[in-house]
Amino acid sequence: MAEPKTKYDRQLRIWGEQGQAALEKASICLLNCGPTGSETLKNLVLGGVGSITIVDGSKVEFGDLGNNFMVDDSSLGHSKAKCVCSFLQELNDAVKAKFIEESPEALIDTNPSFFSQFTLVVATQLVEDSMVKLDRICRQENVMLIFARSYGLTGLVRISVKEHTVIESKPDHFLDDLRLNNPWPELRGFAEAIDLNVQDPVAHKHIPYVVILVKMVDEWKTSHGGTLPSTREEKREFKELLKSRMAAMDEENYKEAIDASFKVFAPQGISSDLQQILNDSCADIGTGSSDFWVMVAALKEFIANEGGGEVPLEGSIPDMTSSTEHYVNLQRIYQAKSEADYLVIEERVRNILKKIGRDPHSIPKATIKSFCKNARKLKVCRYCPIEDEYNNPSLAELQKYLTDEDYSIAVGFYILLRAVDRYAANFNHFPGQFDGGLDEDISRLKTTALSLLNDLGCTGLTLTEDLINEMCRFGAAELHAVASVIGGIASQEVIKLITKQFVPMSGTFVFNAIDHKSQLLTLY
Amino acid sequence: MADTAPPSKSRDLDKLLLRPGNLVGPTFDPGVQLRDDLQEYARVLVVGAGGLGCELLKDLALSGFKNLEVIDMDRIEVTNLNRQFLFRLEDVGKPKAEVAAKRVMERISGVNIVPHFCRIEDKDIGFYNDFNIIALGLDSIEARSYINAVACSFLEYDADDNPREETMKPMVDGGTEGFKGHARVIVPGVTPCFECTIWLFPPQVKFPLCTLAETPRNAAHCIEYAHLIKWDEVHSGKAFDPDNPDHMKWVYDEAVKRAELFGIPGVTYSLTQGVVKNIIPAIASTNAIISAACTLETLKIASGCSKTLSNYLTYNGVEGLHTKVTEFVKDKDCLVCGPGVLIELDTAVTLKKFIDMLEEHPKLLMTKASITYHGKNLYMQAPPVLEEMTRSNLELPLYDLMDKIPKDILHATGTIDKDNRKSSGLRKLRVVFKGVDGVVDMDMAGGA
Repeated sequence: MAEPKTKYDRQLRIWGEQGQAALEKASICLLNCGPTGSETLKNLVLGGVGSITIVDGSKVEFGDLGNNFMVDDSSLGHSKAKCVCSFLQELNDAVKAKFIEESPEALIDTNPSFFSQFTLVVATQLVEDSMVKLDRICRQENVMLIFARSYGLTGLVRISVKEHTVIESKPDHFLDDLRLNNPWPELRGFAEAIDLNVQDPVAHKHIPYVVILVKMVDEWKTSHGGTLPSTREEKREFKELLKSRMAAMDEENYKEAIDASFKVFAPQGISSDLQQILNDSCADIGTGSSDFWVMVAALKEFIANEGGGEVPLEGSIPDMTSSTEHYVNLQRIYQAKSEADYLVIEERVRNILKKIGRDPHSIPKATIKSFCKNARKLKVCRYCPIEDEYNNPSLAELQKYLTDEDYSIAVGFYILLRAVDRYAANFNHFPGQFDGGLDEDISRLKTTALSLLNDLGCTGLTLTEDLINEMCRFGAAELHAVASVIGGIASQEVIKLITKQFVPMSGTFVFNAIDHKSQLLTLY
Repeated sequence: MADTAPPSKSRDLDKLLLRPGNLVGPTFDPGVQLRDDLQEYARVLVVGAGGLGCELLKDLALSGFKNLEVIDMDRIEVTNLNRQFLFRLEDVGKPKAEVAAKRVMERISGVNIVPHFCRIEDKDIGFYNDFNIIALGLDSIEARSYINAVACSFLEYDADDNPREETMKPMVDGGTEGFKGHARVIVPGVTPCFECTIWLFPPQVKFPLCTLAETPRNAAHCIEYAHLIKWDEVHSGKAFDPDNPDHMKWVYDEAVKRAELFGIPGVTYSLTQGVVKNIIPAIASTNAIISAACTLETLKIASGCSKTLSNYLTYNGVEGLHTKVTEFVKDKDCLVCGPGVLIELDTAVTLKKFIDMLEEHPKLLMTKASITYHGKNLYMQAPPVLEEMTRSNLELPLYDLMDKIPKDILHATGTIDKDNRKSSGLRKLRVVFKGVDGVVDMDMAGGA
């Protein structure tokens, strides 16, 4: 079993064959291949991304040998893009690797349509002006974009995509979909056919807790005017009721029922997150609507009709103490309803597609099935254009961050990262980039930072002297270890964006290597 | 306004090491001397040459460290290649430590990496003491526990029970699983050690025997039945080897049979491997993040160029991105990093009697103990050559073997039975001899 594909085993267990296929179809463009860009790409190449194109016009210098693993002594004087490309190719010969010896800034200015061929652009070490220009181009061309920057002991990562929808968000912890507070006829029938008061002690302790709870909820409702336990006292009483039905102290199934009783008290219907998606303007679909929104529209109809206020049943049940027979039969009941709900949604999807003039079979069954199973966990991510964040950041949020001890270094660095770009635009070098005149650089950076804060409307707020000094000390250094963290984070987000699994970060991530209190800033 | 200094290979790192700053460590002394001392004298050991280890070696070599050593007992496998970037397909089967060291030295001139292809337990305790900092890229609780005990064994306390700074052996520990990970700094005597916070690790999932034997419900149950019950029934005596494809196939076939019998879906070969080997999903990006964070801390500890992480960073990239820093507190009664388990003895007690006592001691429960005293072997259970050489010490009074010093530290290595799991462990023992001049009463020992 040693085919080359086995090498992806450990990651296939995370994003599966479909995720891997998406990665292998993707083409990535990297701007600037210093350590930040190189490390980002290394992780993607190892993961099997389809193709990479490196754009960098610089030659390898002596100092590069001290921070970039992708170049070595023999690379001195040669094109950095060429050397990095050739090393990355060694890491995975299934990846198509190309390089272009040109400055990213020149490409952005003179050949914007260059970017339209890519699935995603990883833009590293760009200054503000270039970031804004590139952002406009990528939005126009509908190409996903992610910015990554390392600067001394700080750095940032920021996704820029108009809209990214996620069906397989795969959250760590999510409540199972048992419908204990609202059982459908087949589930109720199954529970009714089982006698809780069976004499055989083995049988008694192998009745699954789902059945116990469905029956006890019924019993409760009969003596409480059809309502579920709602007050704290009632919930406690309900648990006592369960306890009273235990025949012995070691009955795991009853213990599980008591532990799971909170699932009975949980509110019915859909979450506010999902409601927001259903209320989104994109749910009013038209001919240009994406598959995701077509399915959301079908979901909306389902909830209002066949679903009775609920989403399609997810269909799986957690493990629980039970006889094998009961468990397998219970599983079948859940799977049957899940399948039935799916068929309704599928029908509605077809009708909607017909209505908007699309082929009714153009959305694959597997996609619709996955959508149904993940209906409660759907996510819609939207990112504002960079220039909006830069021109109109939320003052309230900035203020909040600047005065919160846990955020102050991270947001301080965020402001200073913008300030150093302004500084560089004025003085043609970054503050502290050269050893002479550090004091003057510090005072100029301070002035620049204050004027930036003023422009943003944050009068009266300042940054600490220590942080401003520190930023000058960094002198725009691109440290390998920091680049590795930034590259790791950026590559992980790229994987999420391409596989459309898991939820990409929202906002702007600012790395703080001083005390590791890095933060995600939501500034727009 | 160009820079007129000659080009430096550590152009970027120089900014951190040569320039003064305000948000730095208390002993930070910036300058060329610091950078050069780091290169010449700092010695870092990387434990593990896998997903984290490969990244650590690269990161440390590019962060000013030139004297590295790496220890790993494994050989390269195909499934490593999606993240252990120092290895290629033709390296499969070779020792990880050796290939990793070679690859990094090939690419980064000036760095020297000594590989050790062996188990961490195979090294003398003294080996670990040669390093300034130990960076861990391990994948098991047991291995971390062991190294932690070794590093903490160097820690000495003064008469006031304060830890002595020159005996502190800092460790930086990283761990990853899928999109999650952690990085922590352990300074024995100051921060909590690994044992102080062992409760952080969730208990291993174990299925109840009756579920496996009588009421399986899912594919994992069928697999573990085949692996843990049926294998022994059919192959009594022969140990199951998870790396033997024939053994694995046998378990898979039996699991399928059982699943069919009970009408349970979902048994696949991939799942069988995952359950039996307890495979942890792993990707390059998380390893890169955690290792780099560990490297930054190593650099800060060695140079003081910035403040250190205090002391535990958790990272979760499943939903968005979450990092959190928690400052855990040391357990002053910790068996490992504390002042040591106190054992009061009569001067007549023999070494043999002492070793037997360790089995019963409630805080130790250690069997087959080997004892060392200031690096000297008092009694070794193995190998046979050493056992024979030290056997005669068993009949001698421990007081004599310890140079008639009224109280001192011993180290005991043996088998510790914790929660029905036997593992090899190292413990620090604070031996105090009763009725000896200078130590009349424990309470007065400090003021004597």
